[in-house]
Amino acid sequence: MKKLLSGNESIARGAWESGVKVATGYPGTPSTEILENISRFYKDDIYCEWAPNEKVAFEVAAGAQTTGIRSITTMKHVGLNVAADPLMTLAYIGTVGGFVAIVADDPGMNSSQNEQDTRIFAHFAKVPVIEPSDSNEARIYIREALEISEKFQTPVILRSTTTLSHSRGVVEPEEPRPLNRKASFQKNPQRFIPIPAWARGMRVRLEERLNALSEAASESSLNRIEWGDRQLGIVTSGITYQYVREVFPEASILKLGWSYPFPDRLIREFADGVEQILVIEELNDFLEEHLRTMGIDCFGKKKNNELLVPNIGELNVDVVKSVREKIYPSSTEKQEVQRPTLPVVSARPPVLCPGCPHRGLFYALNKFDVVVTGDIGCYTLGVAPPLNCMDTVICMGGGITMAHGIDKAGNDRKVVGIVGDSTFFHSGITGLMDIVYNKGKAITVVLDNRITAMTGHQDNPGTGKTIIGEPTHALSIAGIGNALGIKNVVEINPGDQKQTSETLKNAIESDEPWLIISKSPCILADRSVIKPTLHVAPNTCKKCGLCIKLGCPAIEKTEDGKAKINPFLCVGCKLCKQVCPFHAFKEMGEEGYNVPTEGGNC
Amino acid sequence: MTSLENKNSTVSVVLVGVGGQGILLASTVLAEAAMESGYDVKTNEIHGMAQRGGSVISQIRYGQKVYSPLVPKGTATVLMSLERTEGIRYYDYLAPDGLAVISDQKIVPITATLGQTPYPDIDKTELQKYFPRLVYLSAVEKAAELGNPKAANIILLGALSTRLDIKQNTWESAIKKCVKPAFVDLNLKAFELGCQSGN
Repeated sequence: MKKLLSGNESIARGAWESGVKVATGYPGTPSTEILENISRFYKDDIYCEWAPNEKVAFEVAAGAQTTGIRSITTMKHVGLNVAADPLMTLAYIGTVGGFVAIVADDPGMNSSQNEQDTRIFAHFAKVPVIEPSDSNEARIYIREALEISEKFQTPVILRSTTTLSHSRGVVEPEEPRPLNRKASFQKNPQRFIPIPAWARGMRVRLEERLNALSEAASESSLNRIEWGDRQLGIVTSGITYQYVREVFPEASILKLGWSYPFPDRLIREFADGVEQILVIEELNDFLEEHLRTMGIDCFGKKKNNELLVPNIGELNVDVVKSVREKIYPSSTEKQEVQRPTLPVVSARPPVLCPGCPHRGLFYALNKFDVVVTGDIGCYTLGVAPPLNCMDTVICMGGGITMAHGIDKAGNDRKVVGIVGDSTFFHSGITGLMDIVYNKGKAITVVLDNRITAMTGHQDNPGTGKTIIGEPTHALSIAGIGNALGIKNVVEINPGDQKQTSETLKNAIESDEPWLIISKSPCILADRSVIKPTLHVAPNTCKKCGLCIKLGCPAIEKTEDGKAKINPFLCVGCKLCKQVCPFHAFKEMGEEGYNVPTEGGNC
Repeated sequence: MTSLENKNSTVSVVLVGVGGQGILLASTVLAEAAMESGYDVKTNEIHGMAQRGGSVISQIRYGQKVYSPLVPKGTATVLMSLERTEGIRYYDYLAPDGLAVISDQKIVPITATLGQTPYPDIDKTELQKYFPRLVYLSAVEKAAELGNPKAANIILLGALSTRLDIKQNTWESAIKKCVKPAFVDLNLKAFELGCQSGN
């Protein structure tokens, strides 16, 4: 039966159909839903886990396949940076069961701090990269990737991109094909241990394998030529194929679903069959550069030294249309559509939710003249006005280590490093270890909202639940701080402004490292913390603007500039009540509270 | 009612609003209904960071064979906005003869409260200047009358359904498939109400 599945749902389905037994990962947009779907629908057949970080996830899946079963690991592009160490050497060692690392790139940086083209990583690690172009291919290509992995004893990367992962399409699922393999590790040190003497042999075999893979890629059904008009041949891969097919219905296309090792023989056949070659690919000039290396005259990122296909951001039909217009300037009639002058619409960036516990910590922290080093998570949104409470962000775990670096540089102001709970487990602990070991005095604040929030509420080692909801030991962040030897470990409730400000003051005035755990659940993950909406009592607001500085979406202004609460959005966190010097904000039951005539937590 | 005149063409629909308004459900119902009608379907939704109260867009395309899941500018048959001003942000997606279905709900972003960017003061008359074919609804009010203001998304979906050649019973079956059993009746009523407003 046909189903509408996203690329991520389809990858999960395909992994199950292909008899995968172990699936690991660390949440990261746009890859997260792959493992979420496995944990929801296929947990009876596939062992799955959220690992504390991508390196751990990669190694767990790499270990699993040594027993002869099939395993996968999932992560976003920056996650592969964390997992690069095992990837580079697993390529040497090779695999026993099928092993696929599913890596989702984010061209356009919809939810990421940079753009990376994972095809380059595959080239660097000398492993195959598979690029589906829609949901149904995603399901089929994961099986193909596993089979390539087993046949050539190599790890394989399946590369997705945001639009592939998050677009739904019609999929025709198949029944799973169980493999009935018994997990059994066979001792073979020369096979599994890359000590230099043995690794040198592996290095040679790696090159031989690449040649064999290139030959297989030319034969594979994942790569195909669609012959059309021979005047123009377009080389493309991944989802970009869909845009190219739509905009160039007449052209000959070389569609690459297995782009590395490059299918040289097929590329040559295509090049010989068309008059000129255009390469249209998202992000880097990965294929184009190789075609030039092969001595094939082509154009892509530039034509006659003018920019053609952008190497920044995401491609789409409109971008590919503009490429076509540049190539055939005379054939395209410019349609002058009268566009009215539109009113300016307010910017609507993502914001910390009403009732978000991070807001209370940031508001209190803003009272101090400190440098704040941030990290990757919802709390990165604390950089936005009016909180403006973040000075640096680099990567997961960097909130702590950057703080230590600024401190050790002898900075004239105290430094506070911010991380989330999941981020702390991911790669924050080693940074904190460094602060203690090297006698630093940076302050660490863990914004512990009891969940991995930004990626859509995944459990982590601190939540007390596994990916499938089984109860497990909940790691104590305070306990870890104590074990690391930090004397000042304090848990605070960021909803209590007095306690939060006092704790921060004590820490900032001290000459020792502190670990402050700002503990309060994510409002979206734990709805039990939602209370009745507050209200502004008539004639009490003096327009001082202090509550506006909270940056709470539920606090709006009336036409005459007074604060008012949007009852649709307010979740009753009472932060506004704590910061208002005129006691304007009233809770239900208090004098001056007006029962809202509309909405209210619905 | 404009239908899919040419079976080879692709119908594009763009749904916009603010994170948390129920765009995803409306998009899922539409996509299911199109698939049940026998079309090839592709959709795209925003996940991750943009969901946190930010402006969101969902795109649906269907036809005999759909390539790109992303809607090219100037081609959408319908642009539906769950928020009064958000439709203007995505104006460029709408085809010149396309229909705009807009809810009058105002959600003032924090940037406007802070005075960084104005929240445009627009009403139906103003919107008609930009969208000559406009269905403008007090969808939240109407949904509240039905018992739950959250059903505003399905009221708007009902209104836009009048422009697509998907049969009434297909819509109903898609709603039953996509909505939790307890909310089916509410959403069927909401859809029906939307259809009447759309016509």
